[in-house]
Amino acid sequence: MFRTQDGEDIFIIDGHVHLWDGSKANVKNVHGQQFIDCFYAYHKNLSPKEYLWPKEKFDQYGEAVMYEDLFVTGYDDMAICQPTYLTDFYKNGFNTTEANYVVKKKYPHRFIVNGAFDPRDGEAGLERLEELAQLYKIQGVKLYTAEWRGDSKGYKLSDPGAYRFLERCEKLGIRNIHVHKGPTILPLNRDAFDVADIDDVATSFQNLNFIVEHCGLPRLDDFCWIATQETNVYGGLAVVLPFIHTRPEYFAHVISELLFWIGEDRILYGSDYAIWSPKWLIDKFMAFELPESVAKETGAKLSLEAKKKILGLNAARLYGIDIEAQKKLLEQTPQSAVAHA
Amino acid sequence: MSAASAVSEPAAQVWERLASVIDPELDESVTELGFVTSVDVDADGGVSVAFRLPTYWCAANFAYLMAADMRAAIANLPWVTGIGMTLDEHMYANEINRGMAQNLSFRQAFGDAANDDLDAVRQTFLVKAFQRRQAALLAHLLASGREAEALVRLTIGELASLADEPERAHLISRYMERRHVCGGAMDEAQPAFIDIHGVPLDPATLGAYLRELRRVGVNAEFNSALCRGLLAARYDDVEEKPVRFYPRTRDASTIRT
Repeated sequence: MFRTQDGEDIFIIDGHVHLWDGSKANVKNVHGQQFIDCFYAYHKNLSPKEYLWPKEKFDQYGEAVMYEDLFVTGYDDMAICQPTYLTDFYKNGFNTTEANYVVKKKYPHRFIVNGAFDPRDGEAGLERLEELAQLYKIQGVKLYTAEWRGDSKGYKLSDPGAYRFLERCEKLGIRNIHVHKGPTILPLNRDAFDVADIDDVATSFQNLNFIVEHCGLPRLDDFCWIATQETNVYGGLAVVLPFIHTRPEYFAHVISELLFWIGEDRILYGSDYAIWSPKWLIDKFMAFELPESVAKETGAKLSLEAKKKILGLNAARLYGIDIEAQKKLLEQTPQSAVAHA
Repeated sequence: MSAASAVSEPAAQVWERLASVIDPELDESVTELGFVTSVDVDADGGVSVAFRLPTYWCAANFAYLMAADMRAAIANLPWVTGIGMTLDEHMYANEINRGMAQNLSFRQAFGDAANDDLDAVRQTFLVKAFQRRQAALLAHLLASGREAEALVRLTIGELASLADEPERAHLISRYMERRHVCGGAMDEAQPAFIDIHGVPLDPATLGAYLRELRRVGVNAEFNSALCRGLLAARYDDVEEKPVRFYPRTRDASTIRT
């Protein structure tokens, strides 16, 4: 919860967090090592100095640290775990639904755990999706369309194989399709994170919501264009938001474009924890005002109302969270510092 | 490098050639970006170049394009007898290094996985560079008080005559390097400012046009900031430089240079 200077409480749902294991013991090969090293470079590059972690902590921080950073020192009230399996790189996977669910079981009111699928898994993948829905009651999935697999260098959501999975999601009540379209892993051809396929499936699957993580950067222009036309397309601020510290002026431009094109009802906050931490991100975001010259040019406003939507109300709508009821639940079941021993 | 010597040392000549190679996405020189780590020249005219990229995962097509461009830039030197290119710490270092050693095309090096046509990629990013450089120059000229109406009517010759102070001269020369990308003749009487289809700009719609261009700039800024930052984080020896970004079209005081 973030309390404004006027004493108003803002309920915060973090749309993008991870609990990963990038430790040496779990790394399977050079790719796994380079992957966590690359995450660390993002962390080191865009975090304020006082929030920099030593590499060893970053490799594997564990659930107690995570809980503390998100909900105790950080302002998050709830967080959505987005899995990144990477089983080719890590012995037990990097950040799996299974591992995330262990934390959710301890703090059931704090976490929402998402699943994942890869249409290239065919029938077995569909069965696995059914299983995730059944076991973990997932309401969303995180997809990496640019991920390499064997000879395949990525896929498009508009591929017939992917359609079958989206149809199954509809059937299983998995409404929120988070798609990584941003700085990419394993890119050979940039087309793998082209956002055009979102346009296609957003039209075909009106009952599903498509949350484009990282707002399609570095293809913001394409993303804004399709998001304007499709009412079920959202922009996730993970990776975009940290620029608020190192390049506030640049952040002002990106957020004003997003506000102008897709509007305050379809932008979601996400910290991308543990790459960045909710405490400083939200402190800065709440204090942030669009420079007048930027606001004048696009006509966009980043009002308190808009901030509240971005930080929680929009995600609450997507995930069916009744904020007042959730506040009561959290009060009744104090969950801080449970597993710290 | 000795500026005084008429013909510089072989290694210096190689560095000079490498400086002309541009990262297509960032629109900056690969040497300026800190991608090239070493140049060695042996007694027989064999050149070895080592280079690196901001992450292990940087797009292979871009890596290949830059490697091939570096290779071609060096091959132009008359005394060069052989070229070895070594990319280090990259997911496709082996494929790229082998492709360079055997002078293979991107498709030859990567087989069916490479469905990209590198020439098309190159062209796409030349156009983006054109837009970005044009936006920077127009923002600068508008900020210095020039009327949109007069500005868009400038000819190439008239634009050249405006290069009366260093910053403006730099922006004009950067833009003119890419002016040809979007078509039309390049003689002095031609319009200086055209859109990507070669059509002269319309003063009535200049505001909307510049906003379009700015989105290209926003994307480029993201890449540039991220790539430089990640390189600096990965290799502590790199100095992180501010990125050129011309966000506004009118307010000169906020335009970073």
